[in-house]
Amino acid sequence: MLEKKAKLAKQFIAAIPYSTALAIQIDEVFSGKAVLSLPYNPQFIGDPATGVLHGGVVTALLDTAMGTAVVCHPQSMGGTATIDLRIDYMRGAAPGQRITACAECFRVTRSVAFVRATAHDEGNDIVAAAAGAFTVEGVKE
Amino acid sequence: MKQPEPVQVVKQRRDAALAQLAGALPFINFLGVKFERRGDELTSILPYAEKLVGNPILPALHGGAVGAFLEIAAQIELAWSIYWPQFEAGATGPNAMPKTIDFTIDYLRTGLPRDAYARAVVNRSGRRFASVHVEAWQDNRRKLFAQATGHFLMPLKHD
Repeated sequence: MLEKKAKLAKQFIAAIPYSTALAIQIDEVFSGKAVLSLPYNPQFIGDPATGVLHGGVVTALLDTAMGTAVVCHPQSMGGTATIDLRIDYMRGAAPGQRITACAECFRVTRSVAFVRATAHDEGNDIVAAAAGAFTVEGVKE
Repeated sequence: MKQPEPVQVVKQRRDAALAQLAGALPFINFLGVKFERRGDELTSILPYAEKLVGNPILPALHGGAVGAFLEIAAQIELAWSIYWPQFEAGATGPNAMPKTIDFTIDYLRTGLPRDAYARAVVNRSGRRFASVHVEAWQDNRRKLFAQATGHFLMPLKHD
């Protein structure tokens, strides 16, 4: 079941133009959890003085990881859409490094999924943390 | 009596300041965000592009693209308000950007495959922190498709 969903999730991400444009890839999926990453790209710089990526790039990665975690939750039977998303930026991601996001869908109700996520670069310190609510389609009771 | 500046001089100076401020961030260029200015009022524009799609079946804009657009609109509005007096005095950049501390996005409606617009309001701009609210719409100004509030760390003053 999870393998089927993992395959589905990978196809799903590959079909999203915005994820492709940012070169977001799925590293791993578990039941209700997802790990996604994207490479450093000078086109995505938000602070030219330091070369740090723009917060909007981290937002895209976190949002995609969180959506994937919802789709990979055993109770979720379909797609999802973001209802709200809060992101806390702890520090700038180190220039030149990959950014990885780990998302966990920790609660699914009939219509809403609650998700948390963190993003880190190749060091171990957290770059950003996120909390969000997502829509759920076709809940498996 | 001092003569007021010719209108072309004022416009040219302000447009150049805005272009320089926004042009410094490669990610703004990547997303394709444009800015329109009426005096000091800014409207951010996200022209529709296929790469911004997050759901190809509907199709709908990606939440990450919408979030990034709102964050850029808020950040540029804040920077514009911070540096406005300097720009008016004829100073030019480079200008350090305010850094995002947190950003909370409400996705109110599906982002349709067409242009999006945003306007931001700086609700509080202190010495160290600022709070900015931003609203985005597509076809109808009163029907927002997303809004966000963010806190920013003010750039250090070098004077």
